[in-house]
Amino acid sequence: MKAKQTKIAIGQINPILGDLSRNLSLHEEMVERARQQGVNIIVFPELSLTGYFVKDLVPSLALSVQSPHLDRLKTLSSDISIVVGLVEESSDYRFFNSAILLEAGEVRHVHRKIYLPTYGMFDERRYFASGCRLQGAESRWGPLGLLICEDLWHPSAPYLISLEGMDILITLSSSPGRGLGGGEKLESVKIWESLNYTYAYLFSCFVVFANRVGYEDGVHFWGGSEILSPAGTLLAKGKYHEEDFVIADLDQAELRRERAASPLLRDECPDLVLRELKRIQGEKMKE
Amino acid sequence: MRPNLTVNGELLRKLLVGFIENEVHKMGFHRAVIGVSGGVDSALSAFLAAQALGAENVWALIMPYKTSSPESVAHAELVVETLKIHSAIIDITPQIDAYFERFPEADTLRRGNKMARERMTILYDHSAALSALVLGTSNKTELMLGYGTLYGDMASAINPLGDLFKIQVWQLAAHMGVPEEIMKKKPTADLWEGQTDEEELGFTYEEVDQVLLLMIDKRYEIQDLMEAGFEEKFVRRVFGMVQSSQFKRRLPLIAKVSGRTIDRDFRYPRDWGR
Repeated sequence: MKAKQTKIAIGQINPILGDLSRNLSLHEEMVERARQQGVNIIVFPELSLTGYFVKDLVPSLALSVQSPHLDRLKTLSSDISIVVGLVEESSDYRFFNSAILLEAGEVRHVHRKIYLPTYGMFDERRYFASGCRLQGAESRWGPLGLLICEDLWHPSAPYLISLEGMDILITLSSSPGRGLGGGEKLESVKIWESLNYTYAYLFSCFVVFANRVGYEDGVHFWGGSEILSPAGTLLAKGKYHEEDFVIADLDQAELRRERAASPLLRDECPDLVLRELKRIQGEKMKE
Repeated sequence: MRPNLTVNGELLRKLLVGFIENEVHKMGFHRAVIGVSGGVDSALSAFLAAQALGAENVWALIMPYKTSSPESVAHAELVVETLKIHSAIIDITPQIDAYFERFPEADTLRRGNKMARERMTILYDHSAALSALVLGTSNKTELMLGYGTLYGDMASAINPLGDLFKIQVWQLAAHMGVPEEIMKKKPTADLWEGQTDEEELGFTYEEVDQVLLLMIDKRYEIQDLMEAGFEEKFVRRVFGMVQSSQFKRRLPLIAKVSGRTIDRDFRYPRDWGR
């Protein structure tokens, strides 16, 4: 039985680069604040426990999901679901840029970032292993899609999760601001906002976009976190460039109405997609 | 086609003020020291710093040589008065002249470089004396063309202007209210009377910034630039300047012999733990 209303919050924080313990305290303060406001799910940005440009710090900051460092957050998750970003270490010592869902005192879901940008200003593939699973997260608040930043630049990622069932698409991001086009918004901001709007509408789901703020080595992260309804309506918007706490109520009835009005999900045709993918792949193999 | 060099002044101001505030405080400082020449670049750095850190935390060092134009010092003082920041005039003539008495044959290049590096050592001495970070004033145009002295005016702890072309510096300076006199005069290194950047370079900032924007930011090849209507000779000259000054934009080369070498396979963020 799904909850009729889900209160969701975004901790739009400025993590300290490479300082796990201070970042953990920052998370705990935000979670406490969210609990006091009756929040059901709180979402933090990509690599929220470590900072973004971690480079060679990756192995020093990596945590396995069993790490005692996460115990306090697990305890806090008894009555509030928490999504955080971290450097996650597998048992065979690979390091992933991951998002984890903590719920009822345990790690309920791990998403390992699939698409690691390694071009222009980004160098993630040098330091991280790529995830290889796209799977929805079963939360007590309904089916969630957890994805990280660049994953969203590949529409197949939210598409596949939406086929499994996705009421809320949650994106953890550390998006650097760049591109002076002369307008009031940087180019990177404009693109993200149009992506969020488009995905909310196309996948008929709530969209929660958690982006960080602050500066690392001269690069700034622009914040502007947002929560959108399945009709693409902005339900809440974080400040640009400043820390913020963003909060909104997600109403199941709105999701139902939107899917009735625009039954895009109903009309999806996975068999056709699969058939055509196989054909295209077969033809490419011949080249 | 004309590339778009327009910036949104207010957005850019916020980003750069935030940059200075954040990076200075993160390093455990709350003050900045800037070499203010009377030109638009250092004026803009001072304006940004005053907003980011408060006027009481910004020091302007005015460091003329005997051949510097009196107008330069007057304009530097105008920046100080407008912002109500601390300042000191430090005449570098005695130490420069003492040095070149031993090398009277030195040409203007050597003399100019020496002055730029003298000013750098004074700024860094005051960095320690005042517990203040040295703020850079080099813009993207001069950094790309190599039109600056390595370890001289190119030296700083943090540089808010290094990703702005000169045309964009003017736009932001206008937005922030840098005095008119400073805005409208011709840019100059002020090494001798009547010197101007544009005369020495042989092109205007307006022209070169268009080429640089397309070449650097938009990744145009030389052929693409010619097809976009720019003169081949000019494009090749600009490209040559960018290429031959690459060393100025990098740390000194380290001969690699170990398994882990600074900046090659020892890679940590500068803001590590900040």
